[in-house]
Amino acid sequence: MSAGGKELAHVIPGSFDERVAAALEDLGLRENVRVATDRFHLARPLRLAEDLADVDAWKAAARAIKAQAVSHLDSYLAQAAASIRRNGGHVHFAADADEARRIALDIAQRAGAKMAVKSKSMVSEELHLNHALAAAGIEPVETDLGEYLIQLAGKTPIHIIAPAFHMGLDEIVDLFEKEAGHALPHDPPQLTRWARGQLRGKFLQADVGISGGNFVVAETGTLCLVSNEGNARLCTSLPRVHIALVGMEKLVPTLADLGVMISLLARHATAQKISVYTTLISGPRRGGEVDGPAEFHVVFIDNGRSNALGGEFEEALYCIRCGACLNACPVYRNVGGYTYGGVYPGPIGAVITPLLAGLAEAPELPHASSLCGACWDACPVGIHLHDHLLHLRRRLVEERHVSRMEQFVFRLWVRLWSRPGTYRLTARLARWLALPFARHGRLTWAPGPLKGWTAQRDFPLPAARSFRDRWADLEREAPTGEASRRG
Amino acid sequence: MPAKRVALFATCLADIFMPEVPESVVRLLRRAGVQVEFPGGQTCCGQPAYNSGFAPEARRLADNFVRVFESYEYVISPSGSCASTVRLYYPELYAADPRRQEQVKALAGRVYEFSEFFVGVLGLEDVGARMKGRATYHPPCHMSRELGIVSQPRRMLRAVQGLELVEMERADLCCGFGGSFAVRMPEISVAIGDEKLEHVAATAADYLVSCDGGCLMHMNGRLQRLGRPAPRPVHLAQLLWEGVSGR
Repeated sequence: MSAGGKELAHVIPGSFDERVAAALEDLGLRENVRVATDRFHLARPLRLAEDLADVDAWKAAARAIKAQAVSHLDSYLAQAAASIRRNGGHVHFAADADEARRIALDIAQRAGAKMAVKSKSMVSEELHLNHALAAAGIEPVETDLGEYLIQLAGKTPIHIIAPAFHMGLDEIVDLFEKEAGHALPHDPPQLTRWARGQLRGKFLQADVGISGGNFVVAETGTLCLVSNEGNARLCTSLPRVHIALVGMEKLVPTLADLGVMISLLARHATAQKISVYTTLISGPRRGGEVDGPAEFHVVFIDNGRSNALGGEFEEALYCIRCGACLNACPVYRNVGGYTYGGVYPGPIGAVITPLLAGLAEAPELPHASSLCGACWDACPVGIHLHDHLLHLRRRLVEERHVSRMEQFVFRLWVRLWSRPGTYRLTARLARWLALPFARHGRLTWAPGPLKGWTAQRDFPLPAARSFRDRWADLEREAPTGEASRRG
Repeated sequence: MPAKRVALFATCLADIFMPEVPESVVRLLRRAGVQVEFPGGQTCCGQPAYNSGFAPEARRLADNFVRVFESYEYVISPSGSCASTVRLYYPELYAADPRRQEQVKALAGRVYEFSEFFVGVLGLEDVGARMKGRATYHPPCHMSRELGIVSQPRRMLRAVQGLELVEMERADLCCGFGGSFAVRMPEISVAIGDEKLEHVAATAADYLVSCDGGCLMHMNGRLQRLGRPAPRPVHLAQLLWEGVSGR
């Protein structure tokens, strides 16, 4: 596994269990996450129902577009590259994070850059690009308000579309005051104005603008950026050089396809009809134009994505990073994004982190789900997220990432339970073994796999007479014509 | 209903831990004029193995299930997630054997969740139950999202004379059980459960009704640990039979 994989899976320190414990103890964070995810999650179905006559048809169309793009990724990448070059842009392909960083740094250094302004990009998080830029003497400045806060706090995004949505006002004021060197009012509009003033200067100073890419249209070579703050436009039009970092699965075949995707993205992300800014960039500044960068670079990044191509997990590459699955997830809403440990949290993170980084890097993630399916329900392109988690669990067993003890227990259990006689015997044995420990007919403590259950919940004793044992009585009750059948 | 062979799949959890549930299903079916058999060869659908990634092991239990129930026209289960395992996930276990897979798919299509069978097949919402009190319904996730069984249990509850059905806030949220999840990640499981139980408590319901033994065992265990006497977690079938029999 490349270094890129490790970087993708390990962003937050501590073991998985330690991160769970830390998150569950942080009641303030849990409350903030609940409130913020609810705001998105509860508004989404209303927005969809109000605007789109047949939501399922829209979702099916979006899914078909992504299926087409991902299943023919090689030809669409070639087409996109040709289109971007035709428009006067430069195209680069990066196999992993190392290569992507080298490409981005190389472009920035050739431009003699001292400062890079960035609009929000999850791929940039995959690359840990800010560290690399700083190490090369180029100051990275995040210009999305949430990302700016995260950068000031020295943290990573907790959510893929709302990186700092868990921060309270006091925390934000502290961060800004430290940066400003003077007191600031506890008033969100005034704080935003202050941040805006800070960032305006940076936009004008920066030599390089770095963005992600929500979509790239293969037929036209158009880069589409979706944002709400206008910072993406400033990042991509003021500096002399624009570098777009794009996960290679972000392609759509045509402009008409982009229309479908745009119709769904903001509605699923923030329950907006459309984001405040939807920017379509087709190349650098042309002769006679006043705005726009002199150089336009698109870096298509694999970084493990090809692991998912062509197999049962290919569908995971349909993701348009709207975050709806995070907002729907009962696990995410209780433990937040940092518990997942990697760049991508929530159900989609639990699926793609093991795929991109390797299962051994995140063996807990496939189990970090109750399989409730709310993620699948929320997904605009119908990714069967909970099924993929099941399939990853199967891989964990096949690739022997589970203990010998667990393998032994499951194999023995299945041996015993594939026949009714031994099934019945084990149920009786379980009652007999548990009886001495029971209080009021239930267990308040149990060893082994039930230790965790009984730490906070009681566990019932097997009934004195199972249904199977009661069946003979029930048969006698039966009016007529009923018989048990020995299977 | 014409004379067809109907089998009860009791499910291991209900068979062992809550025998009153399959018992109630049998009595309600008989009252509706349906003769039901209990094939003695049945054990478990294999969901715990499947959900833990042990596919070949799950397949062994699936083999047993298919052998035991293949000859029946209807198989009725008092668990949404067990029905979902057979209907949605069994075919995958037989992917390597297309001929067998077709037979398994055919059987999977004959497996019904309890309320789905009553409302959809028998056309019976009112089983003749009457009781005083207030109930709230927790929709099991696999049953509502995977099988699309959403209104049937609620319709059966609304038909109970004297019983008031109160919807809880965010009823769609998972209770946190999740099968092996409740054992592997018990702290998160309980945290999710506690939020669900807050919404339940806000309804001031006497009964917390659901259609899945797992959800009920998890929520019941938590309520017991917290020392909360109300509401009483109870399976839909059991509550309905109590309302019919007056017990």
